[in-house]
Amino acid sequence: MFAAASLTDSFKVLATSFEKQQADVLVKLNFAGTPTLVTQIEQGAQADVLASADAANMDRLKADGLTSGDAQLFAHNQLEIVVAPGNPKRINALADLAKPGVIYISEAATVPAGKYSQQALRKAGVTVRPRSLETDVKSVISKIELGEADAGIVYTTDVRAAGAKVQGVQIPAAYNVVAAYPIVVVKGAKNSAAAGAFIAYVLSAAGQSTLASFGFQPA
Amino acid sequence: MRRERAPLAIGILAAAGAAFFVLPLVGLVVRTPWADALKAVTSSDTLEALRLSLVASLSATGVALVLGVPLAWVYARIDFPGRSILRALTTLPMVLPPVVGGIALLLAFGRRGLLGSWLESTFGISLPFTTAGVVFAETFVAMPFLVLTVEAGLRSMDRRYEDAARTLGAKRWTIFTRVTLPLIAPSLFAGAVLCWARALGEFGATITFAGNFPGVTQTMPLAVYVLLATSNPEGSFILSIILLVVSLVVLVGLRHRWLGSA
Repeated sequence: MFAAASLTDSFKVLATSFEKQQADVLVKLNFAGTPTLVTQIEQGAQADVLASADAANMDRLKADGLTSGDAQLFAHNQLEIVVAPGNPKRINALADLAKPGVIYISEAATVPAGKYSQQALRKAGVTVRPRSLETDVKSVISKIELGEADAGIVYTTDVRAAGAKVQGVQIPAAYNVVAAYPIVVVKGAKNSAAAGAFIAYVLSAAGQSTLASFGFQPA
Repeated sequence: MRRERAPLAIGILAAAGAAFFVLPLVGLVVRTPWADALKAVTSSDTLEALRLSLVASLSATGVALVLGVPLAWVYARIDFPGRSILRALTTLPMVLPPVVGGIALLLAFGRRGLLGSWLESTFGISLPFTTAGVVFAETFVAMPFLVLTVEAGLRSMDRRYEDAARTLGAKRWTIFTRVTLPLIAPSLFAGAVLCWARALGEFGATITFAGNFPGVTQTMPLAVYVLLATSNPEGSFILSIILLVVSLVVLVGLRHRWLGSA
């Protein structure tokens, strides 16, 4: 199972309950930024399933002829501004990220979250230069937690997963970007039957309610 | 030199050992799209990363020389309680995962860090996300190489020259600058080059402590990593080759200083 970094917590739970359901299946998970996962598969890494955080990277794998069957959407996610608890810099909207004295960091545009952040800022007409382009969502959150940066744009689910250590500021629907997560069986999968069963489980009512409990919106 | 034939088993294992290192490098060379190499090398992003890498690694070497040579001298000449523990602590970054070093640096010099919060409140200085932060991270990881090399040089030098200078009335500082430093020049040079090469390749502590932004904190190794995660991973192969060539030149050039003319 190769899954986008933003799926880390939810897929661990999904894998455990799937293993319980299927007596003889052991799910091995590999989490990283989606482009890294695709590069790993291109370079011959053994993967049965890819759960991607965007369509572009899924298309890249498809263009390589490395997908088996069509990818299916299994979840949606939204963006939120992440700030320190108590919101000390009083950031209430995307425009506040450009205030002087606010250290804004972003994900690199090579990962979906970075691309989505740029889209949201563009929609809101905000120009802000990030101080750092982190390689994934989790490092953006860590640096907010540690107090090195004041704000970042991440997925709603990541804010929820970080608990009380950070706080989320909602982005209005007009500027928000909905991330769609596709999942597919990788071509040449060694366990294609189990891979198909896992995808069916993710799409089932049980799987969808697990994802919802982590803040994902239904497929 | 005496000619010697290796026993078969040793020859085979040695060949496997060498292939283990050589094959990945061959892979890099074979898979690099050389046709695009010139374009990639002269692209503004690459040049920016290269410039930043040179500036940061040379600055780190400078800092390491200023702080590391005195430290090596103290280790070699002064016997004090806890010396071996202190030496172990200051050479820890050689074996510590660099990411751990980056986290430790954040906790010390970050905005909320032990010293960093004071730096921020008193001088308004914040090191993370700055080029100075990159120099910090690189110095942290690379300086131990200089300290150990220089200490070894100090221990193996002939101290009678210092004694002679002292009997002629030279002050301690004069002895250090006019006698000791010239005598250990070869290990000073080797230590500085080794330190520089390690700083040039630094990744984990840099991205953790200083972040990643083109022209400010994105050094060559960071650019390699970021490019690898794009739809154009070949770009990172070319940057890797540049780093590889630099490291190879340094090691081949230094071999004589370490092993005599082997």
